[in-house]
Amino acid sequence: MAVRKPPVTTREYWAPGHAACAGCGCATALRLATKAFSEAMEEKYGDPDAFAVAQATGCMEVVSAVFPYTAWKAPWIHVAFENAAAAASGVEAAWKKLGRKGKILAIGGDGGTADIGMQALSGMLERWHNVVYLMYDNEAYMNTGIQRSSSTPYGAWTTTSPPGKYSIGEDKPKKWVALIAAAHQVPYVATASIGNPFDFIRKMKIAAKVDGPAFVQVQCTCPTGWKSPLEKGVEIAKLAIETGVWPLFEIENGDLWNIKIQAPGGGAKVKREGGRVVAIEFKKPIEEYLKLQGRFKHLFKQPEAIDTLREQIKAMWKVLGVEVTLPKPEE
Amino acid sequence: MPIKKVMKANEAAAWAAKLAKPKVIAAFPITPSTLVPEKISEFVADGELDAEFIKVESEHSAISACVGASAAGVRTFTATASQGLALMHEILFIAAGMRLPIVIAVGNRSLSAPINIWNDWQDTISERDTGWLQFYAENNQEALDLILIAYKVAENEKVLLPAMVGFDAFILTHTVEPVEIPDQELVDEFLGEYEPKHAYLDPAKPITQGALGFPAHYMEARYTVWEANENAKDVIDEAFAEFEKKFGRKYQKIEEYRTEDAEIIFVTMGSLAGTVKEYVDSLREKGLKVGAAKITVYRPFPVEEVRELAKKAKVLALLEKNVTFSVGGALFQDFSRALINESEKPKIVDFILGLGGRDVTFKDLDEALAIAQKALNGEAVDEVNWIGLRKEIL
Repeated sequence: MAVRKPPVTTREYWAPGHAACAGCGCATALRLATKAFSEAMEEKYGDPDAFAVAQATGCMEVVSAVFPYTAWKAPWIHVAFENAAAAASGVEAAWKKLGRKGKILAIGGDGGTADIGMQALSGMLERWHNVVYLMYDNEAYMNTGIQRSSSTPYGAWTTTSPPGKYSIGEDKPKKWVALIAAAHQVPYVATASIGNPFDFIRKMKIAAKVDGPAFVQVQCTCPTGWKSPLEKGVEIAKLAIETGVWPLFEIENGDLWNIKIQAPGGGAKVKREGGRVVAIEFKKPIEEYLKLQGRFKHLFKQPEAIDTLREQIKAMWKVLGVEVTLPKPEE
Repeated sequence: MPIKKVMKANEAAAWAAKLAKPKVIAAFPITPSTLVPEKISEFVADGELDAEFIKVESEHSAISACVGASAAGVRTFTATASQGLALMHEILFIAAGMRLPIVIAVGNRSLSAPINIWNDWQDTISERDTGWLQFYAENNQEALDLILIAYKVAENEKVLLPAMVGFDAFILTHTVEPVEIPDQELVDEFLGEYEPKHAYLDPAKPITQGALGFPAHYMEARYTVWEANENAKDVIDEAFAEFEKKFGRKYQKIEEYRTEDAEIIFVTMGSLAGTVKEYVDSLREKGLKVGAAKITVYRPFPVEEVRELAKKAKVLALLEKNVTFSVGGALFQDFSRALINESEKPKIVDFILGLGGRDVTFKDLDEALAIAQKALNGEAVDEVNWIGLRKEIL
């Protein structure tokens, strides 16, 4: 009987034994990312192990490197919260001088990337270090107990954006770090999701293989912070794509006029002009995504807040050059 | 043959870095040490130094990149001062805790506010609890030499701690003096190639660096930094001895000057030591029994040497360009620790002076001397004295 080749290598770099919560979407993201990275290194340098990881303080850091244990089978360094990109710059420079082939993978959460680590990220991208920066986006400071970050979406409950008499929850639109990264005109920028692992693996491999800096922002679910069922992480992530909440796109060389959009699925109708996606008619309302998460529960008592979120999502797609139709749920 | 060149301390520091052959340098411009990375970038541009020079976007990233590079297994260097060093503060602890032998050249400068670019020692003194070794240079030659010695000590297996070498803003950073540049071959012999056994990022031998330390381990990690600091004491003496043998210049943790039969010994650091030595000469001509002592190594603090020094004087007059609130100067605290349980000890009088680049003149030192003499005569004096204060503008 023929055995089908697995979609990604069976080698493990983020090994069993880490202490992430049950159902952690970010642990899945890191596991896939390192596997994809390894494949890229094998294809590019003939050595699947030719990489090192520099990681920011955050949940994925503390759960994977509790002395005297480690979940890392790759050379790995953690320095602080805001400087994964800067530390990776140093590692990359050292490898260059040591004549070591390979690439550096820097990893940070949304807090360590979109907020406190933004400056170091910008410096690393602008200086053209041969580093892939992977931002795992669980949309709040989960390591410190679910405080809002600039990557927290509008309306979401967090411990520092609680809904109340005078509050809808988080009251600002989500910051799109991938677009900020693209403004550095680096070779490759992409968004990805654990809801579409094949697309994520493909993008990580491209990012790992380009010469120069790359940035990948992967949405990953957090059952603890999102108050969602443990077993529904991938389903929720898929719904984020299918409802238009989470766009999957790629930008090469900072060419914002030529953003490649990945098909969202879920019955969405995609309109193209000259190969370029210009409009998407989503079939599933964003409510399908929101209702599975306790962090958005309060919004259902104020449907106008969901409409505000809908408008923000439309505006974000417009920046990507796509007119979208976001349906309301059927009455 | 070593060559002699007239240069600023900033250039001397850059020459030291060139001679030490770091593989990665990461730096951000800050007054008064900007010339250090400028000069290094020229060395790199001209192919005289084979290194990666990372032009980072901040001092925080400068030290972070040095940590990354050092953890990857190469010799690293950076330069900074004042606010820049303060911006590195968080990562300074991490560099020491991760036992990475990074060397920083610091153009000692005051801290804001008010913003002030001139000399005092508050920047490095404020980092005294990070675990870094600290050396202070009296002149441009010492700036060069101490950086080489700092690498030698930092990379010693019994130490493995980062080190900073301070030299006074403008008084040294921007002032030219003849400096002897040692032979590269001799420096290569002295330092050798950096080959880390504990810190590397090698896919063939993957290790995890910078892990989370629970209460079960954190304290032991801090203890090893303490222990390494203690170990550094002997290693520094050995490095000084070897340096003297190779390059002919003698260094000591505490350098004494005319302390024989002295009743009052002025103790200071950095370039002020030069002024104080001259001052002592002038007093000796008047027949006064005074001497001077220069702290070259501040961390590890030379407790034993201070005890020896204390035996030689009736009054120790500490001259400090820094403030530790409720204490006086930092040296006062360190001297108190060294002497508190000694059965016989001199009086210690602390003087804060020269902050923010204010000149320290013989007139200021006369003021300090008068107070020290009162103490010598058994009169009550303030423990902490601010010298040269412009009381009319207070």
